[in-house]
Amino acid sequence: MTTRIDRRFAACKAENRPALVTYVMGGDPDLATGQAILNALPQAGADIVELGMPFSDPMADGVAIQLAGQRALAGGQTVLGVLGMVEEFRRKDDDTPIVLMGYYNPIYNFGVDRFLAAAKQAGVDGLIVVDLPAEEDGELCIPTLTAGLNFIRLTTPTTDDKRLPVVLENTSGFVYHVSMNGVTGSQIKSRGAVGDAVDRIKAHTDLPVAVGFGIKTADDAAEIGRHADGIVVGTVLVDAVGKSLVEGKASDKTVTVVRDIVADLAAGVRRARA
Amino acid sequence: MTSQNTNSLRNGPDEHGRFGIYGGRFVAETLMPLILDLEQQYRAAKTDPAYQAELKHLATHYTGRPSPLYFAERLTEHLGGAKVWLKREELNHTGSHKINNCLGQILLAKRMGKSRVIAETGAGQHGVATATVCAKFDLPCTIFMGATDVERQMPNVLRMKMLGAEVRPVTAGAGTLKDAMNEALRDWVTNVESTYYLIGTAAGPHPYPEMVRDFQSVIGTELKEQFREAEGRLPDAVVACVGGGSNAIGTFHAFLDDPEVAIYGAEAGGHGIDVENGHAASMTGGRPGVLHGNRTYLLQDDDGQILEGHSISAGLDYPGVGPEHSYLHDTKRVTYAPITDNEALEAFQLCTRLEGIIPALESAHGLAQVMKLAPRMGKDQSIVLCLSGRGDKDVESVGKYLGLLK
Repeated sequence: MTTRIDRRFAACKAENRPALVTYVMGGDPDLATGQAILNALPQAGADIVELGMPFSDPMADGVAIQLAGQRALAGGQTVLGVLGMVEEFRRKDDDTPIVLMGYYNPIYNFGVDRFLAAAKQAGVDGLIVVDLPAEEDGELCIPTLTAGLNFIRLTTPTTDDKRLPVVLENTSGFVYHVSMNGVTGSQIKSRGAVGDAVDRIKAHTDLPVAVGFGIKTADDAAEIGRHADGIVVGTVLVDAVGKSLVEGKASDKTVTVVRDIVADLAAGVRRARA
Repeated sequence: MTSQNTNSLRNGPDEHGRFGIYGGRFVAETLMPLILDLEQQYRAAKTDPAYQAELKHLATHYTGRPSPLYFAERLTEHLGGAKVWLKREELNHTGSHKINNCLGQILLAKRMGKSRVIAETGAGQHGVATATVCAKFDLPCTIFMGATDVERQMPNVLRMKMLGAEVRPVTAGAGTLKDAMNEALRDWVTNVESTYYLIGTAAGPHPYPEMVRDFQSVIGTELKEQFREAEGRLPDAVVACVGGGSNAIGTFHAFLDDPEVAIYGAEAGGHGIDVENGHAASMTGGRPGVLHGNRTYLLQDDDGQILEGHSISAGLDYPGVGPEHSYLHDTKRVTYAPITDNEALEAFQLCTRLEGIIPALESAHGLAQVMKLAPRMGKDQSIVLCLSGRGDKDVESVGKYLGLLK
């Protein structure tokens, strides 16, 4: 059974380029504008969408994504609201994979089984949950796989060769390699090290490897994308949303500014191996 | 620390770091290898006679252990029931129980070859204790403290700075302990290779709840021995305040398998349990969730977003609690009850006037619980409070509440 994620990575591979994975916070800066941003992503050039589920205490995120989450929560976003966004998106797009990204407590509070059923129904393809390492696979990872969704795990520079098999064991869809020890939005210290890390992970798995954290420009996308099967961009987009606001509210630039950056990054991934 | 008795309540956590369903290791992958390493190093240290001897030596000559068990005669008379005893942790070096844990962990940080220490603090007691051991062991340290707490606990901020620590005020959220912990975790993820995170309470990812409990268990172990010497038996009740719950678990642990000893934890009831987001009583007013590396009782809204909570006491102003307390709450071995800001203020004044001991506002919550229990107990019975910290840091904020300052 092929999934949307499998098909999309295969299609990008056929074009000899990495996939562009874009992260936006679900419901930022408000529910309607958040939906408009999500809907605009595929046409702007996003291959895969990561949709952030806001959490009050995003321990692994830098300031930009913290603020985006606060805006979404202030705008009334909920777990059901994020799932509703996916449902709405699926009315017009049945091909672009959507991966929900967030923290465990809102899902745990919602109820794991209830959440998985609703996510599948809405058209979600996979989950990335930052605070669930392999040691806690029984909580959500295994139930997610059983429900027929992908559970995408993060690898980091501290995940050494001894640990990689543990981390990769129940990973599916793709591997999300975090380029640095740090929170989202930090600077990459060594681009060479990222390439080596991707090679190291690929020696352990046949899954596509996407790289995220610290990728900000089309040039970054082109350079990192030489080695990786996908590049993930998030902070730049949510930061642009934040900067487009006028007196805290969405402006006529909010959607277009995200679209423009995604289009630029899409050009970047297309010249990665050209 | 563990008991051979399979029905013992003292055997936790299991190999997954769980106390029943609570605890665990809910952290980002970046931190996971380090946490596994920390657990190994802690296991090795625990059975290393040299490590234990150094810790014992420091406890005696640096902290000033054992702390006295003091019979509070006038409080006893005033309350008119059970004999009231105070386990004087406020007499420790740095003025609270926090030093017990900091010494244990700083020796571990040294063993692990870490070159920098970070910590979170609420009231500043843990920050001061951390800054103290970092001065003594010559390690640079950064303390994360909510901006609101920086304001209300200024004396401790000054102490930390004088001890050479960098104090980073955290403005996110309500600027209290939860936000400080988020920021400390962000720093740790970024500097994981060099940095030791010295968690101050019996919470966070495994092995921290176990480790902090072990370092604090000296409180209850000493108390049990001292009380036996004084009265020839076990106390009828022990009481401690519970924020994250490190002084409480340290006090309770030695008594968990003694059913004749009633155990009470005083949570921060703030403006009252019925006031939404107006208290920090996570067990009385919350439900299980996952935050800061562990599953435990949390104050949260319907959608699983964590609430800020409120307490007059910066040290109790946290929407969660250590996972072992959640387990002891569910098993009903310990009775957790909320104490309001006003009840704590009243206890603060009573202790000060009757015993000449200014308690920390945190500990005053425990005393308020004693004030409810002692009058209902017989004169031949005894109740012991862990007086976890001294109240010098609170005189300014209490003075404001009482209208003593303009």
